[in-house]
Amino acid sequence: MKKYLVRRAVYAAVTLLGVSISIFVILRVLPGDPLVAILGVEGHARMMPADRARIMADLGLSDPLPLQYVRWMRDIAAGQLGKSFFRGDTVAEMIQHRGPISAEIAVLCLMISWLAGLPVGILSAFKPNSVPDGLARAMSVLFIAIPGFWLGMLIVLALLFWFGYKSPITIVQLWQNPWQNLQIVLGPGIVLGLAQAAYIARMSRSCLLEVIGEDFVRTARAKGLKEGLVVLRHALPNALLPVITISGVLLGFVLGGSVAVEQAFGVPGLGRALVTAVIERDIVVVQNLVLLYAVIFIGVNVLVDLSYAWLDPRIRFS
Amino acid sequence: MSTVTAAQPPLASVRRESLLRAVAIELARFSRRNTLAAIGGFVGLLIIVVALAAPLLAPRDPLKADFRRMNKPPDAQNLLGTDQVGRDTLSRVIYGARTSLFVAFSAVILGTTVGSLWGVACGYLRGRFDLVSQRIMEILQAFPDLILAMAISMAIGTGLSAVIFAIAITRIPFGGRVIRSVALSVREMPYVEAGRASGGSALRIMALHVLPQCIAPYLVLATTHLGVAIVIEAALGFLGVGVPPPTPTWGNMLADSITALVPPWWLAFFPGLAITVTVLAFNLLGDGIRDTLDPRLSPAFLRMMAGGRRG
Repeated sequence: MKKYLVRRAVYAAVTLLGVSISIFVILRVLPGDPLVAILGVEGHARMMPADRARIMADLGLSDPLPLQYVRWMRDIAAGQLGKSFFRGDTVAEMIQHRGPISAEIAVLCLMISWLAGLPVGILSAFKPNSVPDGLARAMSVLFIAIPGFWLGMLIVLALLFWFGYKSPITIVQLWQNPWQNLQIVLGPGIVLGLAQAAYIARMSRSCLLEVIGEDFVRTARAKGLKEGLVVLRHALPNALLPVITISGVLLGFVLGGSVAVEQAFGVPGLGRALVTAVIERDIVVVQNLVLLYAVIFIGVNVLVDLSYAWLDPRIRFS
Repeated sequence: MSTVTAAQPPLASVRRESLLRAVAIELARFSRRNTLAAIGGFVGLLIIVVALAAPLLAPRDPLKADFRRMNKPPDAQNLLGTDQVGRDTLSRVIYGARTSLFVAFSAVILGTTVGSLWGVACGYLRGRFDLVSQRIMEILQAFPDLILAMAISMAIGTGLSAVIFAIAITRIPFGGRVIRSVALSVREMPYVEAGRASGGSALRIMALHVLPQCIAPYLVLATTHLGVAIVIEAALGFLGVGVPPPTPTWGNMLADSITALVPPWWLAFFPGLAITVTVLAFNLLGDGIRDTLDPRLSPAFLRMMAGGRRG
């Protein structure tokens, strides 16, 4: 078990290093000159070469690439995430203000996906090919196909048309005004959660069906256990492992999808900050936010692996 | 089955005819078993035809603004209404299918093919090459799809080819992972060993013995990822970092629609409906192909595993 943990941690560290290097490389091969983005095409053309060199040096963009990379890593270690080219607010502030909102959306999405997906999957597996099962499967196929940002747009539009309602567009934290905060995060949480619920329902159904065919389930039935107990006590714990894995992998969809869904709902979260930064070619913001998203994704997958090891005695005791 | 094996006369023309018949029979059997997948395939094909025949089918020029008819709801003249500068929504949705499908198909074929070839090499060669490759794929998979695509398309510009390239890169690790595991199991087969024993080079064995075994999983992968690619392309367009306007793509149209203070419902509804129907069609087809080619995952098999009384 200890060996497994150490190996997992080393792999995660190597991946993290590779991720940071690749972000750095991807963003530095950028053909566009960041100064054009800052000063505009005309301002850039009017600039003296000497000024240009000075500004580049001020921004730390004229140093050799390896040095720039090392400096970036050093800054991160010191908690200095740099500043937006355009807005003057630091990336750290951005994460502080907008991060909680995006995090709430992710947590809400996770809760909805399990609370809605797992019961539906279990009911489906109870009576495969019955009417409720067919209905559940049709719903999951549909929710997997509908793009979250479109569903989000439609919800926003419908609320606007029929109720004249618009959710708050400024940042309101949970501890400031829970009611307003909930209005911000509820929509994106539900839209993202439903799509994940569809995957979880599908996965738990097929895993349960597979486990139900195993010998120990037959034994449980043979000793006269009620069907409900057979499924919930014997089959379900064994079927859950792959569902947990899927839930971790799906977080990648949630993190990526939340960027578009936040845009659709007009939620002032981290995802929208990233989109704005990408459009403005604000390298410092983009590189730090993309790294943050990757770190979260890697972290969650490590957690999933650990929970896997913890839940599966075969791994725990090896 | 018997008709396929029995009909093998020597004449080439007859053989071609029987091949066609065999294909037709296979298709008929496939659709009987996977009705939903067949419907998905049919709708998908229809959308592809619409995309190819866009100039013939679109009632108007998708780029032509008409300032006398701006923001009109659907009526007899513009079946799906017009946008803020009076362009015909129906024509733009039809032309949008072109861009969206072209990007999705190219990206999936490019990404899955590169990933699969890489996976074959990893699984067959093993050793240090495999170890390093696995780490690289892990790194690629450590990014959420859409965010990686956004970063790449930001770095290399926002043209059509940049978007294709960006989406293709996000598809590489999926092909790599799945095909690698296939190659790992195939390399232990006696016929591969026989190939090695008779002096075949690694390249030859990979091409002649390992690669053919990967075709089925490749097809499954490619169809399953088509839907994902379409959604990523649309999301990139929606976020304003995809194929640049005025090229009509479904994502761009959705992005256009929310610039208005009160977005007209038809501008928000129809492009998204087109995305959903297309993704649904390809997903259903992909599920059907997977069930047919990979029996381990088919509902029929799971039902069998679940015992007769639950069937």
